[in-house]
Amino acid sequence: MYIYDEYDHSILRQRIAQFRGQTERFLAGELPPEQFLPLRLQNGLYVQRLAPMLRINVPYGMVNSAQLRKLAHIARHYDKGYCHVSTRQNIQYNWPDLTEVPDILAELAEVGMHGTQSSGNCIRNTTSDQFAGVAPDEVIDPRPYCEIIRQWSSFHPEFAFLPRKFKISVTGSTQDRAAVQVHDIGLEVVFNDKGETGFKVYVGGGLGRTPVIGVAIREFLPEEDLLSYLEAILRVYNLFGRRDNKYKARIKILVRALTPEVFAQKVEDEWQHLKDGYNKLTQAEIQRAKGFFTAPAYEQIDNAAAQATVDAQAADSVAFGKWLQRNVRAHKIPGYASVTLSLKPTGVAPGDITDSQLEVIANLADKFSFGEARTTHEQNIVLADVKKTELFALWQECKAAGFATPNIGTITDIICCPGGDFCSLANAKSIPIAEAIQRQFEDLDYVYDLGDIDLNISGCMNACGHHHVGHIGILGVDKSGKEFYQVQLGGNASNDASLGDVLGPSFGADDMPAVIQKIVDVYVANRNAEELFIDTYRRIGAAPFKEKVYAKAN
Amino acid sequence: MPKLIKDGLIVDNIWALLAKGEGDVAAVEVPAGQVLIPVAVWLAQKDQLQNRTDIGVWFDSDESAELIGNDANRFAVIGVNFPLFMDGRSFSTARLLRERYGFKGELRAVGNFIRDQLCYLRRCGVNAFAFANPETNLEEAVKSLTDLQEYYQASVDQPLPLFRRRA
Repeated sequence: MYIYDEYDHSILRQRIAQFRGQTERFLAGELPPEQFLPLRLQNGLYVQRLAPMLRINVPYGMVNSAQLRKLAHIARHYDKGYCHVSTRQNIQYNWPDLTEVPDILAELAEVGMHGTQSSGNCIRNTTSDQFAGVAPDEVIDPRPYCEIIRQWSSFHPEFAFLPRKFKISVTGSTQDRAAVQVHDIGLEVVFNDKGETGFKVYVGGGLGRTPVIGVAIREFLPEEDLLSYLEAILRVYNLFGRRDNKYKARIKILVRALTPEVFAQKVEDEWQHLKDGYNKLTQAEIQRAKGFFTAPAYEQIDNAAAQATVDAQAADSVAFGKWLQRNVRAHKIPGYASVTLSLKPTGVAPGDITDSQLEVIANLADKFSFGEARTTHEQNIVLADVKKTELFALWQECKAAGFATPNIGTITDIICCPGGDFCSLANAKSIPIAEAIQRQFEDLDYVYDLGDIDLNISGCMNACGHHHVGHIGILGVDKSGKEFYQVQLGGNASNDASLGDVLGPSFGADDMPAVIQKIVDVYVANRNAEELFIDTYRRIGAAPFKEKVYAKAN
Repeated sequence: MPKLIKDGLIVDNIWALLAKGEGDVAAVEVPAGQVLIPVAVWLAQKDQLQNRTDIGVWFDSDESAELIGNDANRFAVIGVNFPLFMDGRSFSTARLLRERYGFKGELRAVGNFIRDQLCYLRRCGVNAFAFANPETNLEEAVKSLTDLQEYYQASVDQPLPLFRRRA
C-alpha cells in the first residue's frame, strides 16, 4: 500500500499545527463558533448528540497493522474502548474530548492517518473496491489512481468551500463493488480498444434526500488527463452549484438542472483550458503510484492440493464450511483467498469494533495477510491475501475474537448508520432495528437459503446507511415526535444500479421484524430456483409484497 | 486610514470600495479618486471611464471572470468578494483571473472571508486582503498566510504539482 514519504508527512504536520492553533483560538474565544464549525469539520470533527465525533480517513479502505494498532490505542486512551467502521470505509470515534483532538490527530499522523476532509463541504476520502488488486474479475487495479486523487484532492486550495460535500469512488472490476454510480463522481478504470488505460466518468450520482443514479459524461478519459478533468468538473460545480439551499447544493442537482449534456459541455469547455497544463499526469508519476501496489511476496502454491486440504477440513466441520461459503472469496492468485471478517454479529452495532479486536486484526493481518487489511463500505474488514491452507487456522482465531459470524452478503450483514443513538441529524434509531432483524433471522440455514440480500438502514433521509440502494432499504422517519420506519424494495448499488421503491406507509419499530419476515416470505413463495431476492422483486414487482405486508390493515 | 494585508505586510488601504447599489448600473455615480467599482458598473460605463487609471473593479461571488477576460490587465487592482466566508466561488474566480486571463496586478479579497482562508486564497493568486470586519487583528491574521508551505497541487503560487517536483 501507499507509504508516506517526507513530503506527505510534512504536509500533514503543517495541517495538524494549523488545526491545533484553530482549536486553541476557539477554546480561547478568539474564533467564533460559526467560523470554527467548517474548520473542525474539515478536520473530521463533528459535534454530535452526546459528544464530539471524530472521523478518520482510511484512504480507499487500505490500512496496515501499525495503523490498526494506533487506531486501537486511540480507542483505548482517548475514547471508550471502541470505534466504528463507516459506510465510506472510514473509522469513527464517538466519544473524544475536543481538547484532546489535536493530540489524537498528532498521534495518528505518526502512522500517516488523519481526519482532514473527512467531513465538510470539500472533497472527501476517495473510496474503492475492498478487493482491489486481488479480485479475479479485476481489469485494472484502481488503487494507484485513488492515491493520485488523494494527493490532488488533499488541501486543494480552490475546492475547500464547495457548495456541499463531494465524494469520489473508483472501481477497476467488471463487478462494481464501489457503488460508483451513486457518487458525485464515479470512475471506472477501463481499457479502450487500443489497450490504453483510461476512465469511464460518471457524475451526479448520490443518495441523501434526492437519490440519483449517476450519468456517464465521458466514455473514455485517458489516464494522463485524470486530474485536469476532475479539476474541470470541480470548477464547474464550485462556480455554478447552488448555494442558496443546502438540500439542493449537491452536484446531482446541478447536473439535473443543466441537463447532463449541457453539464458535460461546460466541463469539456473548461477542460480544454486545463488539459495540457502541468496537471497532466506523467507516466513516471503513474508508475510511481503503481509501484506502491505491486503484488506482495506470494508463494507458488499447488491450488488443487490446497483446495483439497480446505475441502477436507470443511467436510469435518460444518461451521467452517459455512464460513468458507459466506466469508471467503476467490483470489486471482492460485492457492490464495480473501476473507471478510464480519463486524455484524447479532447484538453488536453494525461496524462497531473494540480496541482489542483491532489489535487482533493487526496480528491476524501480520500473521496471515502481509500486514494489511481493508475496511469495506458494508462495514466489515477484509484480509485480502490469505493462503488457503491457513484458512482453518485463521477461522479458529476469528471465532475466538468474534469475527467469524458467517453472514457476509446475507440479510443479517446489515449496513447501518449510527442513527439516533449517536447522530444529531437522525430522526430515528437504526441500531436497535438492525439488531431486532438479526434476531428474527437467527437460523443460519434459513438465512443461507435466502442467499444474497442487501438490507440497509438509515436513521434519516441523509442516507448514510445507503437505504436507497439496499435490496431491502429501511428509512427512519419522525412523525410528530415518534419514530417510524419506511420500507423500500428493489434498490441495488452494483453495476445495474437502481433506487428502491417505497413500499407504502411506514411502521413502528416493534413491527419491523415481522414486516421484513413477510417480505422475505413473499420472495420465498415466488422465487424461481436459485433466483436472488433482487431478481425476484424485479420480475414480480411491488404488488405481491404490498399485499402481504399491508394485509392486516384491510 | 483603514489597513489591509498586502504581500504579507500591513499597509494603508488607499482604495475606496464602491458598494453595489439599487437601480441602473449605467446611472451610478463613480466617485473621484482611487476606487474599486462593481464590475457591472464598469461594463455599463466603460466608455466614460476608460481613461481613468484610478479605477479598479470588484467581482461579486456570482460574477464570472469572463466579464472582463483579457481586459484584466488594464486594472491595477481587482477585488473578489466574499458575501459569506462559506461561499467559495471567489477561489475559482481568483485562479481564472490569474491563470486564464494573466492578471498581474493586485488581486484583493474583499468582504467576509476569514483569516483561516488566507493560505488557500494566497495559493489561488490573491495577494491582498481587505477584511470587512474592522475588528480583525491583522498582525495575527498575517501568520495564517503560511499555514501550509508544501502542497500537492498545482496552483497560482506553485504551478508545478508535487508529482513534477518530488525528488
